[in-house]
Amino acid sequence: MRQDVEELKGMARMLRAHALRMVHRSRASHLGSCLSVADIVACLYWNTLRIDPAQPDWPERDRFILSKGHAAAIVYAALAERGFFPVDELKTYCELGSRLTGHITSGVPGVEVSTGSLGHGLPIACGMAFAAKRDHLPSRTVVLASDGELDEGSNWEAILFAPQHELDHLLLVVDYNKIQSFGRVSEVLELAPLADKFRAFRWAVREVDGHNISQLAETFAAIPFEAGKPSVVVANTVKGKGVSFMEDDLAWHYKSPSEEQLAGAIRELEQSA
Amino acid sequence: MRTTFIDELVHLAEQDKRIWLVCGDLGYSVLEAFANRFPERYVNAGVAEQNMTGVAAGLALMGKTVFTYSIANFPVMRCLEQIRNDVCYHNLNVKIVAVGGGLAYGSHGYTHHGVEDLAVMAAMPNLMVAAPGDPLEARAITRIIASRPGPAYLRLGKAGEPVLHPADLVVEYGKAIVRCEGHDLTLISIGSMLANTLSARDKLTEAGYSVRVLSMPFIVPLDEDAIHAAVTETGVILTVEEHGVGGLGAAVGECIARFGKAATFVPLRLGRSPIKTSGTQEQLRDLQGLSASGIARSAVDALQQRSSSSQSLGKFVKFQPEQTRE
Repeated sequence: MRQDVEELKGMARMLRAHALRMVHRSRASHLGSCLSVADIVACLYWNTLRIDPAQPDWPERDRFILSKGHAAAIVYAALAERGFFPVDELKTYCELGSRLTGHITSGVPGVEVSTGSLGHGLPIACGMAFAAKRDHLPSRTVVLASDGELDEGSNWEAILFAPQHELDHLLLVVDYNKIQSFGRVSEVLELAPLADKFRAFRWAVREVDGHNISQLAETFAAIPFEAGKPSVVVANTVKGKGVSFMEDDLAWHYKSPSEEQLAGAIRELEQSA
Repeated sequence: MRTTFIDELVHLAEQDKRIWLVCGDLGYSVLEAFANRFPERYVNAGVAEQNMTGVAAGLALMGKTVFTYSIANFPVMRCLEQIRNDVCYHNLNVKIVAVGGGLAYGSHGYTHHGVEDLAVMAAMPNLMVAAPGDPLEARAITRIIASRPGPAYLRLGKAGEPVLHPADLVVEYGKAIVRCEGHDLTLISIGSMLANTLSARDKLTEAGYSVRVLSMPFIVPLDEDAIHAAVTETGVILTVEEHGVGGLGAAVGECIARFGKAATFVPLRLGRSPIKTSGTQEQLRDLQGLSASGIARSAVDALQQRSSSSQSLGKFVKFQPEQTRE
Protein backbone atom coordinates (compact mmCIF):
# COMPACT_ATOMS: atom_id res chain seq x y z
CA MET A 1 0.00 0.00 0.00
CA ARG A 2 1.44 3.36 -1.01
CA GLN A 3 0.11 6.79 -0.14
CA ASP A 4 1.40 10.19 -1.16
CA VAL A 5 3.06 12.39 1.41
CA GLU A 6 0.05 14.65 2.01
CA GLU A 7 -2.14 11.63 2.65
CA LEU A 8 0.45 10.20 5.04
CA LYS A 9 0.56 13.50 6.91
CA GLY A 10 -3.22 13.35 7.20
CA MET A 11 -2.97 9.81 8.58
CA ALA A 12 -0.42 10.92 11.17
CA ARG A 13 -2.73 13.77 12.27
CA MET A 14 -5.60 11.33 12.55
CA LEU A 15 -3.52 8.91 14.61
CA ARG A 16 -2.49 11.73 16.94
CA ALA A 17 -6.13 12.70 17.41
CA HIS A 18 -7.10 9.10 18.15
CA ALA A 19 -4.31 8.74 20.73
CA LEU A 20 -5.29 12.01 22.43
CA ARG A 21 -8.93 10.96 22.69
CA MET A 22 -8.10 7.41 23.84
CA VAL A 23 -5.72 8.54 26.57
CA HIS A 24 -8.08 11.32 27.65
CA ARG A 25 -11.08 9.00 27.83
CA SER A 26 -9.31 6.34 29.88
CA ARG A 27 -7.25 8.77 31.99
CA ALA A 28 -4.22 6.84 30.77
CA SER A 29 -0.68 8.06 30.04
CA HIS A 30 2.25 7.93 27.57
CA LEU A 31 0.86 10.56 25.19
CA GLY A 32 4.26 12.15 24.63
CA SER A 33 5.60 8.76 23.49
CA CYS A 34 2.66 8.23 21.12
CA LEU A 35 2.93 11.67 19.52
CA SER A 36 6.69 11.23 19.13
CA VAL A 37 6.20 8.23 16.82
CA ALA A 38 2.98 9.27 15.03
CA ASP A 39 4.73 10.10 11.75
CA ILE A 40 6.86 6.94 11.87
CA VAL A 41 3.83 4.76 12.59
CA ALA A 42 1.78 6.40 9.81
CA CYS A 43 4.61 5.89 7.36
CA LEU A 44 5.11 2.26 8.35
CA TYR A 45 1.44 1.26 8.25
CA TRP A 46 0.42 3.19 5.13
CA ASN A 47 3.61 3.02 3.13
CA THR A 48 6.29 0.59 4.22
CA LEU A 49 4.88 -2.57 5.79
CA ARG A 50 3.64 -5.36 3.52
CA ILE A 51 0.66 -6.51 5.55
CA ASP A 52 -2.89 -7.52 4.75
CA PRO A 53 -5.69 -6.82 7.23
CA ALA A 54 -7.76 -9.50 5.49
CA GLN A 55 -5.12 -12.12 6.30
CA PRO A 56 -3.28 -11.03 9.45
CA ASP A 57 -1.42 -14.39 9.51
CA TRP A 58 -0.22 -14.26 5.89
CA PRO A 59 3.15 -16.07 6.21
CA GLU A 60 5.03 -13.72 3.90
CA ARG A 61 3.93 -10.54 5.64
CA ASP A 62 6.36 -8.10 7.18
CA ARG A 63 6.52 -8.29 10.97
CA PHE A 64 6.30 -5.14 13.06
CA ILE A 65 7.16 -5.09 16.76
CA LEU A 66 6.48 -2.06 18.91
CA SER A 67 9.23 -2.55 21.45
CA LYS A 68 8.25 0.62 23.29
CA GLY A 69 4.98 -1.07 24.18
CA HIS A 70 3.72 1.92 26.16
CA ALA A 71 2.99 3.73 22.87
CA ALA A 72 0.24 1.17 22.30
CA ALA A 73 -2.56 3.69 21.76
CA ILE A 74 -1.16 5.05 18.52
CA VAL A 75 -0.44 1.59 17.08
CA TYR A 76 -3.92 0.35 18.02
CA ALA A 77 -5.26 3.43 16.21
CA ALA A 78 -3.18 2.61 13.13
CA LEU A 79 -4.31 -1.04 13.14
CA ALA A 80 -7.95 -0.03 13.47
CA GLU A 81 -7.71 2.56 10.70
CA ARG A 82 -5.91 0.01 8.50
CA GLY A 83 -8.87 -2.32 8.98
CA PHE A 84 -7.55 -4.96 11.39
CA PHE A 85 -10.44 -4.29 13.79
CA PRO A 86 -13.29 -1.77 14.08
CA VAL A 87 -12.25 1.83 14.75
CA ASP A 88 -15.09 2.05 17.26
CA GLU A 89 -13.22 -0.44 19.49
CA LEU A 90 -10.58 2.22 20.17
CA LYS A 91 -13.07 3.71 22.63
CA THR A 92 -12.53 0.68 24.88
CA TYR A 93 -8.79 1.36 25.30
CA CYS A 94 -7.80 0.53 28.89
CA GLU A 95 -11.41 -0.16 29.89
CA LEU A 96 -12.51 -3.22 31.87
CA GLY A 97 -12.83 -6.22 29.58
CA SER A 98 -11.08 -4.59 26.63
CA ARG A 99 -8.33 -6.40 24.77
CA LEU A 100 -6.71 -3.01 24.16
CA THR A 101 -4.49 -2.89 27.24
CA GLY A 102 -2.20 0.01 28.04
CA HIS A 103 0.86 -1.84 26.80
CA ILE A 104 0.55 -3.48 23.42
CA THR A 105 -0.85 -6.99 23.56
CA SER A 106 -0.90 -9.80 21.04
CA GLY A 107 -4.31 -11.26 20.39
CA VAL A 108 -5.35 -7.87 19.07
CA PRO A 109 -5.49 -8.44 15.31
CA GLY A 110 -2.29 -7.19 13.69
CA VAL A 111 -0.22 -7.17 16.88
CA GLU A 112 2.64 -9.64 16.51
CA VAL A 113 4.13 -9.45 19.99
CA SER A 114 3.13 -8.20 23.44
CA THR A 115 5.64 -5.82 24.93
CA GLY A 116 5.75 -3.43 27.85
CA SER A 117 8.94 -4.26 29.63
CA LEU A 118 11.64 -2.55 27.61
CA GLY A 119 14.43 -4.20 25.67
CA HIS A 120 12.43 -7.21 24.48
CA GLY A 121 11.47 -6.29 20.92
CA LEU A 122 14.83 -6.39 19.18
CA PRO A 123 15.90 -9.87 20.35
CA ILE A 124 12.54 -11.31 19.28
CA ALA A 125 12.85 -9.50 15.96
CA CYS A 126 16.29 -11.04 15.50
CA GLY A 127 14.73 -14.49 15.88
CA MET A 128 11.99 -13.64 13.38
CA ALA A 129 14.45 -12.19 10.87
CA PHE A 130 16.74 -15.18 11.33
CA ALA A 131 13.91 -17.64 10.62
CA ALA A 132 12.79 -15.63 7.59
CA LYS A 133 16.34 -15.63 6.25
CA ARG A 134 16.87 -19.37 6.75
CA ASP A 135 13.43 -20.10 5.25
CA HIS A 136 14.06 -17.73 2.30
CA LEU A 137 10.92 -15.73 3.07
CA PRO A 138 10.67 -12.21 1.63
CA SER A 139 9.38 -10.90 4.98
CA ARG A 140 11.08 -7.95 6.62
CA THR A 141 11.07 -7.45 10.38
CA VAL A 142 10.71 -3.93 11.71
CA VAL A 143 11.19 -2.86 15.33
CA LEU A 144 10.33 0.51 16.77
CA ALA A 145 12.30 1.16 19.95
CA SER A 146 12.66 4.15 22.22
CA ASP A 147 15.94 5.83 23.03
CA GLY A 148 15.49 5.20 26.75
CA GLU A 149 15.13 1.49 26.21
CA LEU A 150 18.57 1.35 24.63
CA ASP A 151 19.79 1.45 28.24
CA GLU A 152 18.76 -2.21 28.42
CA GLY A 153 21.66 -4.63 27.93
CA SER A 154 19.43 -7.09 26.10
CA ASN A 155 19.33 -4.66 23.16
CA TRP A 156 23.10 -4.60 22.92
CA GLU A 157 23.20 -8.39 22.92
CA ALA A 158 20.83 -8.27 19.95
CA ILE A 159 22.80 -5.45 18.32
CA LEU A 160 25.81 -7.81 18.37
CA PHE A 161 23.74 -10.75 17.09
CA ALA A 162 22.05 -9.17 14.05
CA PRO A 163 25.19 -8.28 12.03
CA GLN A 164 26.84 -11.58 13.03
CA HIS A 165 24.07 -13.36 11.17
CA GLU A 166 23.78 -10.76 8.39
CA LEU A 167 20.12 -10.07 9.15
CA ASP A 168 19.66 -7.55 6.37
CA HIS A 169 15.88 -7.87 6.35
CA LEU A 170 15.83 -6.41 9.85
CA LEU A 171 15.10 -2.72 10.41
CA LEU A 172 15.39 -1.01 13.77
CA VAL A 173 13.85 2.44 14.10
CA VAL A 174 14.97 4.40 17.14
CA ASP A 175 12.57 7.07 18.35
CA TYR A 176 15.31 9.45 19.46
CA ASN A 177 13.39 12.15 21.29
CA LYS A 178 16.10 12.48 23.94
CA ILE A 179 13.74 12.18 26.91
CA GLN A 180 13.40 8.98 28.92
CA SER A 181 11.08 8.11 31.77
CA PHE A 182 12.69 10.18 34.49
CA GLY A 183 14.96 12.65 32.78
CA ARG A 184 16.79 13.70 29.64
CA VAL A 185 18.84 10.99 27.98
CA SER A 186 21.92 13.20 28.25
CA GLU A 187 21.46 13.42 32.01
CA VAL A 188 20.61 9.76 32.67
CA LEU A 189 22.71 7.60 30.34
CA GLU A 190 23.97 9.54 27.33
CA LEU A 191 23.58 7.63 24.06
CA ALA A 192 25.46 10.07 21.82
CA PRO A 193 27.09 9.47 19.46
CA LEU A 194 24.29 6.99 18.79
CA ALA A 195 24.74 6.53 15.04
CA ASP A 196 28.47 5.94 15.56
CA LYS A 197 27.72 3.30 18.16
CA PHE A 198 25.61 1.39 15.64
CA ARG A 199 28.30 1.80 12.96
CA ALA A 200 30.86 0.39 15.37
CA PHE A 201 28.55 -2.58 15.89
CA ARG A 202 28.47 -3.17 12.10
CA TRP A 203 24.98 -1.87 11.34
CA ALA A 204 24.04 0.22 8.30
CA VAL A 205 22.82 3.52 9.73
CA ARG A 206 20.69 6.42 8.48
CA GLU A 207 19.82 9.47 10.52
CA VAL A 208 16.56 11.20 9.65
CA ASP A 209 14.08 13.78 10.87
CA GLY A 210 11.50 11.49 12.43
CA HIS A 211 8.72 13.95 11.59
CA ASN A 212 9.62 14.38 7.91
CA ILE A 213 7.31 11.86 6.31
CA SER A 214 8.79 11.97 2.82
CA GLN A 215 12.26 11.41 4.25
CA LEU A 216 10.97 8.54 6.39
CA ALA A 217 9.22 6.92 3.44
CA GLU A 218 12.29 7.17 1.21
CA THR A 219 14.55 5.83 3.94
CA PHE A 220 12.33 2.89 4.86
CA ALA A 221 12.02 2.02 1.16
CA ALA A 222 15.81 1.78 0.90
CA ILE A 223 16.31 -1.17 3.30
CA PRO A 224 18.59 -2.98 3.37
CA PHE A 225 20.85 0.04 3.29
CA GLU A 226 23.78 -2.33 2.75
CA ALA A 227 23.58 -5.96 1.70
CA GLY A 228 24.44 -8.30 4.56
CA LYS A 229 23.94 -5.71 7.29
CA PRO A 230 20.96 -4.95 9.51
CA SER A 231 19.58 -1.45 9.06
CA VAL A 232 18.92 1.13 11.74
CA VAL A 233 17.18 4.45 11.35
CA VAL A 234 18.01 6.92 14.07
CA ALA A 235 14.90 9.09 13.89
CA ASN A 236 15.37 12.44 15.56
CA THR A 237 12.02 13.22 17.09
CA VAL A 238 10.33 15.51 19.58
CA LYS A 239 8.43 13.94 22.43
CA GLY A 240 4.81 15.15 22.31
CA LYS A 241 5.24 16.38 18.70
CA GLY A 242 2.22 18.13 17.20
CA VAL A 243 0.71 19.61 20.36
CA SER A 244 2.66 22.70 21.37
CA PHE A 245 2.13 22.43 25.12
CA MET A 246 3.14 18.77 25.17
CA GLU A 247 6.32 19.06 23.11
CA ASP A 248 9.67 18.17 24.70
CA ASP A 249 8.10 17.87 28.15
CA LEU A 250 8.70 14.84 30.39
CA ALA A 251 5.39 15.48 32.19
CA TRP A 252 3.41 14.20 29.17
CA HIS A 253 4.93 10.80 29.62
CA TYR A 254 2.55 10.57 32.56
CA LYS A 255 -0.24 13.13 32.34
CA SER A 256 -3.67 12.68 30.90
CA PRO A 257 -5.21 15.75 29.23
CA SER A 258 -8.20 17.57 30.73
CA GLU A 259 -11.27 18.37 28.57
CA GLU A 260 -9.83 21.80 27.84
CA GLN A 261 -6.40 20.47 27.03
CA LEU A 262 -7.89 17.86 24.73
CA ALA A 263 -9.94 20.47 22.91
CA GLY A 264 -6.88 22.70 22.56
CA ALA A 265 -4.76 19.82 21.28
CA ILE A 266 -7.34 18.75 18.69
CA ARG A 267 -7.71 22.37 17.57
CA GLU A 268 -3.96 22.60 17.02
CA LEU A 269 -3.97 19.41 14.97
CA GLU A 270 -6.84 20.70 12.83
CA GLN A 271 -5.09 24.01 12.27
CA SER A 272 -1.93 22.24 11.15
CA ALA A 273 -3.84 20.47 8.36
CA MET B 1 21.60 -37.32 30.87
CA ARG B 2 22.91 -34.56 28.61
CA THR B 3 24.23 -37.17 26.18
CA THR B 4 20.89 -38.96 26.16
CA PHE B 5 19.18 -35.64 25.63
CA ILE B 6 21.25 -34.66 22.62
CA ASP B 7 20.99 -38.15 21.09
CA GLU B 8 17.24 -37.97 21.37
CA LEU B 9 17.09 -34.39 20.09
CA VAL B 10 19.11 -35.31 16.99
CA HIS B 11 16.77 -38.25 16.45
CA LEU B 12 13.70 -36.01 16.78
CA ALA B 13 15.19 -33.30 14.57
CA GLU B 14 15.69 -35.83 11.80
CA GLN B 15 11.94 -36.34 11.75
CA ASP B 16 10.82 -32.79 12.51
CA LYS B 17 12.33 -29.99 10.48
CA ARG B 18 10.91 -27.37 12.83
CA ILE B 19 13.30 -28.28 15.64
CA TRP B 20 16.07 -25.76 16.29
CA LEU B 21 18.77 -25.60 18.93
CA VAL B 22 20.06 -22.29 20.30
CA CYS B 23 22.84 -22.37 22.85
CA GLY B 24 24.46 -19.78 25.06
CA ASP B 25 28.07 -20.54 24.13
CA LEU B 26 28.09 -23.73 26.18
CA GLY B 27 27.75 -27.37 25.22
CA TYR B 28 31.33 -28.35 24.33
CA SER B 29 31.55 -32.07 23.46
CA VAL B 30 27.75 -32.37 23.69
CA LEU B 31 26.03 -30.18 21.11
CA GLU B 32 28.39 -30.90 18.21
CA ALA B 33 26.22 -33.90 17.35
CA PHE B 34 23.34 -31.56 16.54
CA ALA B 35 25.38 -28.64 15.21
CA ASN B 36 27.23 -30.76 12.68
CA ARG B 37 24.13 -32.64 11.56
CA PHE B 38 21.80 -29.61 11.29
CA PRO B 39 23.95 -26.49 10.90
CA GLU B 40 21.03 -24.60 9.38
CA ARG B 41 18.95 -25.18 12.52
CA TYR B 42 21.62 -24.49 15.08
CA VAL B 43 22.97 -21.23 16.42
CA ASN B 44 25.36 -20.29 19.19
CA ALA B 45 23.87 -17.04 20.47
CA GLY B 46 26.97 -16.20 22.47
CA VAL B 47 27.24 -15.39 26.15
CA ALA B 48 23.99 -13.47 25.93
CA GLU B 49 21.10 -15.37 27.43
CA GLN B 50 18.55 -12.58 27.24
CA ASN B 51 19.00 -12.31 23.50
CA MET B 52 19.22 -16.11 23.21
CA THR B 53 15.77 -16.43 24.75
CA GLY B 54 14.31 -13.52 22.79
CA VAL B 55 15.68 -14.99 19.57
CA ALA B 56 14.15 -18.34 20.51
CA ALA B 57 10.79 -16.61 20.99
CA GLY B 58 11.12 -14.93 17.60
CA LEU B 59 11.98 -18.23 15.93
CA ALA B 60 9.02 -19.89 17.64
CA LEU B 61 6.73 -17.10 16.43
CA MET B 62 7.88 -18.09 12.92
CA GLY B 63 6.80 -21.69 13.49
CA LYS B 64 9.93 -23.29 14.93
CA THR B 65 10.22 -25.58 17.95
CA VAL B 66 13.24 -24.12 19.68
CA PHE B 67 15.43 -25.66 22.36
CA THR B 68 17.62 -23.24 24.30
CA TYR B 69 20.55 -24.80 26.08
CA SER B 70 23.01 -23.71 28.71
CA ILE B 71 24.16 -24.78 32.16
CA ALA B 72 22.56 -24.48 35.59
CA ASN B 73 21.05 -21.01 36.15
CA PHE B 74 22.24 -19.31 32.98
CA PRO B 75 19.32 -20.19 30.67
CA VAL B 76 16.84 -19.59 33.50
CA MET B 77 17.63 -16.62 35.70
CA ARG B 78 19.72 -14.36 33.49
CA CYS B 79 16.82 -14.27 31.07
CA LEU B 80 13.87 -14.86 33.38
CA GLU B 81 11.88 -11.90 32.11
CA GLN B 82 12.33 -13.09 28.53
CA ILE B 83 11.05 -16.50 29.67
CA ARG B 84 8.07 -14.91 31.40
CA ASN B 85 7.07 -12.27 28.85
CA ASP B 86 8.36 -13.50 25.51
CA VAL B 87 8.06 -17.27 25.89
CA CYS B 88 5.42 -18.11 28.50
CA TYR B 89 3.05 -15.16 28.04
CA HIS B 90 2.96 -15.90 24.31
CA ASN B 91 2.73 -19.66 25.00
CA LEU B 92 5.46 -20.38 22.46
CA ASN B 93 7.22 -23.59 21.49
CA VAL B 94 10.41 -22.78 23.34
CA LYS B 95 11.97 -25.55 25.41
CA ILE B 96 14.52 -24.34 27.94
CA VAL B 97 17.16 -26.92 28.81
CA ALA B 98 19.55 -26.52 31.75
CA VAL B 99 22.27 -29.08 32.28
CA GLY B 100 23.95 -29.50 35.62
CA GLY B 101 20.81 -28.83 37.65
CA GLY B 102 20.98 -29.01 41.44
CA LEU B 103 24.48 -29.48 42.82
CA ALA B 104 25.90 -31.20 39.74
CA TYR B 105 28.56 -28.47 39.51
CA GLY B 106 29.30 -29.05 43.18
CA SER B 107 32.82 -27.75 43.58
CA HIS B 108 32.32 -24.88 41.11
CA GLY B 109 30.62 -22.88 43.83
CA TYR B 110 27.21 -21.40 44.46
CA THR B 111 27.07 -19.39 41.21
CA HIS B 112 26.86 -22.75 39.45
CA HIS B 113 24.36 -24.39 41.80
CA GLY B 114 20.98 -24.60 40.11
CA VAL B 115 18.96 -24.81 43.27
CA GLU B 116 16.15 -22.28 42.87
CA ASP B 117 15.17 -23.07 39.29
CA LEU B 118 12.20 -25.31 40.02
CA ALA B 119 10.57 -22.71 42.27
CA VAL B 120 11.15 -19.94 39.79
CA MET B 121 10.02 -21.91 36.76
CA ALA B 122 7.01 -23.46 38.48
CA ALA B 123 5.70 -19.93 38.98
CA MET B 124 5.70 -19.15 35.25
CA PRO B 125 2.43 -19.34 33.28
CA ASN B 126 1.92 -22.06 30.65
CA LEU B 127 5.30 -23.66 31.41
CA MET B 128 5.77 -27.41 31.76
CA VAL B 129 8.52 -28.01 34.33
CA ALA B 130 10.36 -31.33 34.36
CA ALA B 131 13.45 -32.84 35.96
CA PRO B 132 14.06 -36.45 34.93
CA GLY B 133 15.44 -38.96 37.40
CA ASP B 134 17.61 -41.03 35.07
CA PRO B 135 18.64 -41.22 31.41
CA LEU B 136 15.53 -43.19 30.45
CA GLU B 137 13.27 -40.54 31.93
CA ALA B 138 15.38 -37.88 30.19
CA ARG B 139 14.87 -39.54 26.82
CA ALA B 140 11.14 -39.97 27.30
CA ILE B 141 10.63 -36.42 28.55
CA THR B 142 12.66 -34.94 25.71
CA ARG B 143 10.18 -36.66 23.39
CA ILE B 144 7.24 -35.36 25.38
CA ILE B 145 8.36 -31.74 25.43
CA ALA B 146 9.24 -31.81 21.73
CA SER B 147 5.84 -33.16 20.78
CA ARG B 148 3.60 -31.12 23.08
CA PRO B 149 2.92 -27.56 21.99
CA GLY B 150 3.88 -24.76 24.37
CA PRO B 151 6.85 -23.87 26.50
CA ALA B 152 8.75 -26.29 28.70
CA TYR B 153 11.66 -26.34 31.11
CA LEU B 154 13.91 -29.38 31.31
CA ARG B 155 16.37 -29.64 34.18
CA LEU B 156 19.00 -32.26 33.43
CA GLY B 157 21.89 -33.66 35.43
CA LYS B 158 25.26 -33.85 33.80
CA ALA B 159 26.68 -37.07 32.41
CA GLY B 160 27.12 -40.61 33.60
CA GLU B 161 24.02 -40.94 35.75
CA PRO B 162 22.95 -44.56 36.29
CA VAL B 163 19.91 -46.04 34.57
CA LEU B 164 17.40 -46.66 37.37
CA HIS B 165 14.40 -47.99 35.49
CA PRO B 166 13.72 -51.10 33.43
CA ALA B 167 14.28 -50.57 29.72
CA ASP B 168 10.56 -50.73 28.95
CA LEU B 169 9.85 -47.64 31.08
CA VAL B 170 6.77 -45.69 30.03
CA VAL B 171 6.63 -42.02 31.02
CA GLU B 172 3.34 -40.22 30.72
CA TYR B 173 3.01 -36.45 30.61
CA GLY B 174 2.35 -35.07 34.07
CA LYS B 175 2.42 -38.47 35.73
CA ALA B 176 4.57 -39.82 38.52
CA ILE B 177 6.37 -43.10 37.97
CA VAL B 178 5.69 -45.68 40.66
CA ARG B 179 9.18 -47.12 40.98
CA CYS B 180 8.41 -49.33 44.01
CA GLU B 181 5.21 -50.12 45.84
CA GLY B 182 4.88 -49.91 49.63
CA HIS B 183 2.43 -49.05 52.40
CA ASP B 184 4.33 -47.57 55.38
CA LEU B 185 5.55 -44.42 53.72
CA THR B 186 6.11 -42.79 50.35
CA LEU B 187 9.33 -41.21 49.15
CA ILE B 188 8.72 -38.77 46.29
CA SER B 189 11.85 -37.88 44.36
CA ILE B 190 12.41 -35.33 41.63
CA GLY B 191 15.34 -35.24 39.24
CA SER B 192 18.58 -36.99 39.94
CA MET B 193 17.80 -37.53 43.63
CA LEU B 194 16.17 -40.75 42.47
CA ALA B 195 19.36 -42.80 42.92
CA ASN B 196 19.82 -41.80 46.56
CA THR B 197 16.11 -42.19 47.18
CA LEU B 198 16.19 -45.77 45.91
CA SER B 199 19.25 -46.52 48.06
CA ALA B 200 17.43 -45.06 51.05
CA ARG B 201 14.51 -47.32 50.25
CA ASP B 202 16.85 -50.34 50.33
CA LYS B 203 18.04 -49.34 53.81
CA LEU B 204 14.48 -48.84 55.03
CA THR B 205 13.40 -52.15 53.54
CA GLU B 206 16.22 -53.87 55.41
CA ALA B 207 14.95 -52.20 58.58
CA GLY B 208 11.55 -53.73 57.94
CA TYR B 209 9.60 -50.86 56.42
CA SER B 210 7.45 -51.08 53.33
CA VAL B 211 8.37 -48.06 51.22
CA ARG B 212 6.71 -46.69 48.10
CA VAL B 213 8.97 -44.68 45.80
CA LEU B 214 7.56 -42.27 43.28
CA SER B 215 9.81 -40.63 40.75
CA MET B 216 8.03 -37.39 40.02
CA PRO B 217 9.76 -35.81 37.04
CA PHE B 218 7.00 -33.26 36.44
CA ILE B 219 6.51 -30.53 39.01
CA VAL B 220 4.19 -28.79 36.54
CA PRO B 221 1.76 -30.36 35.91
CA LEU B 222 1.84 -32.14 39.23
CA ASP B 223 0.45 -35.65 39.55
CA GLU B 224 -2.05 -34.88 42.28
CA ASP B 225 -3.69 -38.29 42.04
CA ALA B 226 -0.42 -40.02 42.92
CA ILE B 227 0.01 -37.71 45.94
CA HIS B 228 -3.57 -38.26 47.08
CA ALA B 229 -3.04 -42.00 46.80
CA ALA B 230 0.18 -41.75 48.83
CA VAL B 231 -1.67 -39.84 51.57
CA THR B 232 -4.53 -42.30 51.66
CA GLU B 233 -2.51 -45.48 51.33
CA THR B 234 0.71 -44.70 53.23
CA GLY B 235 -0.02 -41.64 55.39
CA VAL B 236 3.66 -40.61 55.59
CA ILE B 237 5.27 -38.69 52.75
CA LEU B 238 8.79 -37.37 52.27
CA THR B 239 9.76 -35.34 49.24
CA VAL B 240 13.39 -35.50 48.15
CA GLU B 241 14.89 -32.80 45.97
CA GLU B 242 18.21 -31.21 45.20
CA HIS B 243 16.67 -27.76 45.45
CA GLY B 244 15.92 -25.06 48.00
CA VAL B 245 12.57 -23.70 49.13
CA GLY B 246 9.62 -23.52 46.79
CA GLY B 247 10.23 -26.67 44.78
CA LEU B 248 8.71 -30.13 44.97
CA GLY B 249 8.18 -29.90 48.72
CA ALA B 250 6.12 -26.75 48.37
CA ALA B 251 4.08 -28.18 45.51
CA VAL B 252 3.39 -31.49 47.26
CA GLY B 253 2.70 -29.75 50.58
CA GLU B 254 0.10 -27.52 48.95
CA CYS B 255 -1.44 -30.52 47.24
CA ILE B 256 -1.71 -32.41 50.55
CA ALA B 257 -3.16 -29.37 52.31
CA ARG B 258 -5.80 -28.92 49.61
CA PHE B 259 -6.60 -32.63 49.73
CA GLY B 260 -7.63 -32.11 53.34
CA LYS B 261 -6.67 -35.50 54.72
CA ALA B 262 -4.17 -35.77 57.54
CA ALA B 263 -0.69 -36.91 56.66
CA THR B 264 2.80 -36.78 58.06
CA PHE B 265 4.78 -34.78 55.57
CA VAL B 266 8.50 -33.98 55.55
CA PRO B 267 10.02 -31.99 52.71
CA LEU B 268 13.70 -32.90 52.38
CA ARG B 269 15.49 -30.15 50.57
CA LEU B 270 18.50 -27.87 50.67
CA GLY B 271 18.82 -25.21 53.33
CA ARG B 272 18.15 -21.60 52.56
CA SER B 273 21.72 -20.34 52.71
CA PRO B 274 24.10 -20.61 49.76
CA ILE B 275 26.49 -23.55 50.04
CA LYS B 276 29.88 -21.93 50.30
CA THR B 277 31.99 -24.99 50.85
CA SER B 278 33.64 -26.91 48.06
CA GLY B 279 32.78 -30.54 47.52
CA THR B 280 31.56 -33.09 45.04
CA GLN B 281 27.86 -33.34 44.33
CA GLU B 282 27.56 -36.36 46.61
CA GLN B 283 29.53 -34.75 49.43
CA LEU B 284 27.38 -31.64 49.32
CA ARG B 285 24.22 -33.74 49.26
CA ASP B 286 25.48 -35.54 52.36
CA LEU B 287 26.11 -32.22 54.15
CA GLN B 288 22.53 -31.25 53.40
CA GLY B 289 21.01 -34.49 54.65
CA LEU B 290 20.33 -35.80 51.17
CA SER B 291 22.60 -38.83 51.10
CA ALA B 292 20.87 -42.21 51.09
CA SER B 293 21.56 -42.51 54.82
CA GLY B 294 20.31 -38.99 55.47
CA ILE B 295 17.07 -39.65 53.63
CA ALA B 296 16.62 -42.97 55.45
CA ARG B 297 17.25 -41.29 58.84
CA SER B 298 14.67 -38.59 58.12
CA ALA B 299 12.21 -41.27 57.03
CA VAL B 300 12.66 -43.22 60.28
CA ASP B 301 12.23 -39.99 62.28
CA ALA B 302 9.02 -39.25 60.42
CA LEU B 303 7.69 -42.77 60.99
CA GLN B 304 8.53 -42.57 64.70
CA GLN B 305 6.91 -39.16 65.09
CA ARG B 306 3.90 -40.49 63.25
CA SER B 307 3.56 -43.45 65.57
CA SER B 308 4.10 -41.33 68.70
CA SER B 309 1.35 -38.91 67.68
CA SER B 310 -2.31 -39.78 67.42
CA GLN B 311 -2.73 -42.36 64.71
CA SER B 312 -6.11 -40.99 63.78
CA LEU B 313 -5.13 -37.34 63.45
CA GLY B 314 -1.72 -37.44 61.87
CA LYS B 315 0.21 -34.19 61.64
CA PHE B 316 2.68 -32.16 59.67
CA VAL B 317 6.14 -32.87 61.02
CA LYS B 318 8.14 -29.76 61.66
CA PHE B 319 10.97 -29.37 59.18
CA GLN B 320 14.35 -29.78 60.81
CA PRO B 321 16.04 -26.47 61.70
CA GLU B 322 18.17 -24.85 59.01
CA GLN B 323 21.23 -24.41 61.22
CA THR B 324 21.72 -28.12 61.64
CA ARG B 325 21.95 -28.53 57.89
CA GLU B 326 24.35 -25.79 56.79
